[in-house]
Amino acid sequence: MKVKLLSRNPDDYVRETKLDIQRVPRNYDPTLHPFEVSREYTRALNATKLERVFAKPFLASLDGHRDGVNCMAKHTKSLSTLFSGSCDGEVKVWDLTKHECVRTLQAHEGFVRGMVVRYCGTSFFTVGDDKTIKQWKMEAPGYGEEEEPLNTILGKTVFTGLDHHQKEGVFATCGQQVDIWDEQRSSPVRSFTWGVDSFSSVRFNPVETELLASCASDRSIVLYDMRESAPLKKVIMTMRSNTLCWNPMEAYYFTCSNEDYNLYTYDMRHLDRPITVHMDHVSAVLDLDYSPTGKEFVSASFDKTIRIFPKDGGHSREVYHTKRMQHVICIKWSADNKYILSGSDEMNIRLWKANAAEKLGVLSPREREATNYSQKLKEKFQHHPQIRRIAHHRHLPKNIYHQTKELRIMKEARRRKERNVRKHSRPGAVPVVSEKEKHIVTVLK
Amino acid sequence: EETSQGYEEEEDGRDERKRQKLLEAISSLGGKRKKKLGERSEAAVQMSEFTVNAEGEGDKVDLSDLIRTMDKNPTVPAKTKKQLKTLQQSSKTVECPLSKQETERIQRDVAFQKAASEVSWWKGVIKQNQRAEQLVFPLNQEPSGPKPMERVVNGWKAQTPLEQEIFALLSVNKQPINDPILTPAEEASLRAMSLEDAKIRRAELQKARALQSYYEAKARRERKIKSKKYHKVQNKAKRKEFLKQFDEMVKTDPAAALEELNKMELARMQERMSLKHQNSGKWAKSKAIMAKYDEGARKAMQQQLEVNKDLTQKLVTSQNNEEEEEDKAAGAELMPDFVNDAVQGLDSSNPWMRCKLSVDPTEMSAEEEEEEEEEAVKETEEEALLREFNSKRKHRQVQEADIEPVISEDKEEQELSEFTSLLRGLADARRDAEAEHAEATADTSAQLEEGLTRIRTLEDVELLSQEDSAADKEPVQPSLPPATKNLPPAAPVREKNRKRKRGIELKQVLTKETKVIHVPLTPAVEDAEDSDEKLDQRGLIKEAFAGDDVISDFLKDKRKQEDMGKPKVVDLTLPGWGEWGGTGLKPSRNKRRRFRIKTAPPLPRKDNHLPSVIISEKRNSSISLHQVNTLPFPFENHAQFESTIRSPMGRTWNTERTVRKITKPKVVTQLGAIIEPMARDSPSCFSPQNENKEHSKRRHRGEGGVGDCKT
Repeated sequence: MKVKLLSRNPDDYVRETKLDIQRVPRNYDPTLHPFEVSREYTRALNATKLERVFAKPFLASLDGHRDGVNCMAKHTKSLSTLFSGSCDGEVKVWDLTKHECVRTLQAHEGFVRGMVVRYCGTSFFTVGDDKTIKQWKMEAPGYGEEEEPLNTILGKTVFTGLDHHQKEGVFATCGQQVDIWDEQRSSPVRSFTWGVDSFSSVRFNPVETELLASCASDRSIVLYDMRESAPLKKVIMTMRSNTLCWNPMEAYYFTCSNEDYNLYTYDMRHLDRPITVHMDHVSAVLDLDYSPTGKEFVSASFDKTIRIFPKDGGHSREVYHTKRMQHVICIKWSADNKYILSGSDEMNIRLWKANAAEKLGVLSPREREATNYSQKLKEKFQHHPQIRRIAHHRHLPKNIYHQTKELRIMKEARRRKERNVRKHSRPGAVPVVSEKEKHIVTVLK
Repeated sequence: EETSQGYEEEEDGRDERKRQKLLEAISSLGGKRKKKLGERSEAAVQMSEFTVNAEGEGDKVDLSDLIRTMDKNPTVPAKTKKQLKTLQQSSKTVECPLSKQETERIQRDVAFQKAASEVSWWKGVIKQNQRAEQLVFPLNQEPSGPKPMERVVNGWKAQTPLEQEIFALLSVNKQPINDPILTPAEEASLRAMSLEDAKIRRAELQKARALQSYYEAKARRERKIKSKKYHKVQNKAKRKEFLKQFDEMVKTDPAAALEELNKMELARMQERMSLKHQNSGKWAKSKAIMAKYDEGARKAMQQQLEVNKDLTQKLVTSQNNEEEEEDKAAGAELMPDFVNDAVQGLDSSNPWMRCKLSVDPTEMSAEEEEEEEEEAVKETEEEALLREFNSKRKHRQVQEADIEPVISEDKEEQELSEFTSLLRGLADARRDAEAEHAEATADTSAQLEEGLTRIRTLEDVELLSQEDSAADKEPVQPSLPPATKNLPPAAPVREKNRKRKRGIELKQVLTKETKVIHVPLTPAVEDAEDSDEKLDQRGLIKEAFAGDDVISDFLKDKRKQEDMGKPKVVDLTLPGWGEWGGTGLKPSRNKRRRFRIKTAPPLPRKDNHLPSVIISEKRNSSISLHQVNTLPFPFENHAQFESTIRSPMGRTWNTERTVRKITKPKVVTQLGAIIEPMARDSPSCFSPQNENKEHSKRRHRGEGGVGDCKT
């Protein structure tokens, strides 16, 4: 009698060591998997839904200021330290991991207008409405010691903005003019003027460290080279820019936040036309900050929302708001690309996640692989209407929602009118002006 | 009269005054007062109306007037003279300087151009980063791993006098002191190189250092080995190498070769004089006593003799002897080697017995064979010979013992239970394979084999060396038949092994052919399986569903679908209009023809030529909700888009590695690491096109005199 036995080669299913991955016999022949697209689509849909479910960006609120937060500064060497200056001249130092204030100092009388940490992280500078620049030690004073600045420089006019050089002991202030200061001297090394205006912000280029740019109240943005005696170029826009920020990874791009609800990304070599116009806010944009990877930036607006834009996208990918958050005055993106910090009118600083649905903390390898896969799936099927609808859905406060709608209608009406005018006038008399060019008045050399 | 005279005088004086007044009035009428001429004290020929007037008044002072004196002056260089002359000839006036605004504007423009060109340096880097599949932040990460010593121990100095002395010596000789073993010259060259070159160079140096230390370690290890046999083999190899070199030397450098020859001759003489290796020492005597009972002792003695023979050999035949010796040694080596192998893989057919993932010994031999076939013929010849002898010896043993007949490999596998027998079987297989191979290759060196089998005494050897050409192939012949006999069973073994070696092969695992499955399955699939059980099953199913005729049902269904898809004729005829109406009356044919509306025939159905398929052509609204209706931005045509959608990414459809590659995220950040802005010296910005420009473009200004932190 013939007896048939089940016999298998253990090589096919036994791991050599227990550290090896489990052997899963699988046939990858595509003809055997006729429903792969639909299965992946379902997975993508689920991933998108889960992303929306887990999208809880708000992490913490830091309260303690007794007036609106007017400016903030990141520590250059420590991720958990944040500096904030309020409208009553108070500066607070925060420990972000503990969500608490570790040091408070009365820095100025009146507003603290600007604040910046020295590149080495050993001291920080503040400017205020009392026409002074003060340099402070990073460490809190010991017991019984008075809180006193290391240095105080008395200026002739009010300073409105401040920024520090990336690698040297040089900083820049703005007010009536843009001044370059050496830390060792009490008078500016160089000052730039071009016409009479007041400047609202000045920023050093973090990559090409000798360049800087400033926003002036005559609706212009001016470029400077620290080594030259004169400014480089100036572009005048239809409305005033509030602040600007350089891309930390791409030397010649910067973005400015404008009063006309938009943000504009410029190539500094071609100021006559912005690269991208970022629209979505429904009120003046007050501040912005680039992510340290240079791929995105976050903007704070008078309309009580924060929006995250991809650097080359015309519309925001994310909007953050809470019921209690008022006009957002200042915003920072943390140096590890994970968090966003916003300071607003109602005396609070808020901590947000940069990716709303991201799981914080260490991921296990399997978890990481799973998130990578679902991320790719979402990317792959992002154009499918159902997935798109879910992925793009955001809740907005009622007034902002209606304002957005209203703005859209107004814009459409203006477009229609222009089209009609063009239709009823001599061909070529009313030229088509693109959205990018519309907001530029002139470029001065 | 007097009075009249006085009167006249008075009159005259009055007149005089009047006249004076009149004159004054007239002169004042001219409007301008007369200027008083200044007094001159200078001597002048012409006196002008006004002030100074010198000679040549009215003539301009020309450049030529000045140059004239220049011409006479020998101290003025010729070049300046020439320049002045050309200046004199040009009649243009110098333009007046630009206004302040204009100059500022020009300055700004120039500065901007400069800054723009400087910033454009980044173009390559930015492009590269934008295109990169994955960016890992922070960009300028320090490589993990051990750091060089001098970075860890920073402030170390020579303290003791001995240390100081050593360092002084080293510094005098310009030898490297710290760990990166670079002489100043090397360092200078490193500095001269660009960063990437330097990296490559450093890697090379590291490799060289590693290799050196590796070889050193190896040499140390080898020196420690006590095994005589190992050293014997080693020496043999060295000798062989030396002989090779010697051969070459004979061709290239005869003088040196002669010297070597002399040396060898000297060694021979010494050997002949001494009693070494003559089996006359204490050790040899003790062995001689044992030799009767112990084969090992016998062998040892014999070896001693051989060495002697070897050394006392005349140089002309030294090469041959060398080979013989070698063969012998290899033969001695073979046995234990093979034993080891056998222990490793006991039974190739039983996977449980293989505790390691090591290649089977038999497999190894097969592999070796292949390699040998391809590679050195000389070596194979020798080895083949050796093995042949070995096998011969084995067979002799077998015949003497009369234990085992020659059995086929398969049966052997089943029957052999004892370790020893198993071992022998494997050895047989291996030897056979090699013997067979030896047959194929070895005919030139067949002459040598004889001598080796019969060597017993010095006389034998000497005889051999003289007669090796005469007594040729007689002993080979008897050895051949058993080798060939065992050949057939060895071959399948080898084949089997080869199969195993390749791992899982699809065709062997799947004995049936894969069938292509169509997604819309036909209801009437006729399977052509011919196993009995399956047929039975089919019969059962047939019996169970005897009543339903699935195929005809399907066909009906299909016809119905087709009919439904066909456009229907719309009949709009109304009775009575323009005609008589009433019961029993039908509208006329004319009218009917007029009001019947035919629509155009529809496009042919997709399943026209597929008899067993129904393809529904209705647009499904529930599906269209999920479909993309416009081509998304980066895609240029729908085929492109569809192909991206169609290619799956999950691990259900892809191999592990592919999945990992596909799902690589675009941006990776390290948890809790500060991402610094891009900097010129960061390694990520060394793209090839940038490297050249970097140094030329960099400007250094306004950098001096800036202090460090002061806190």
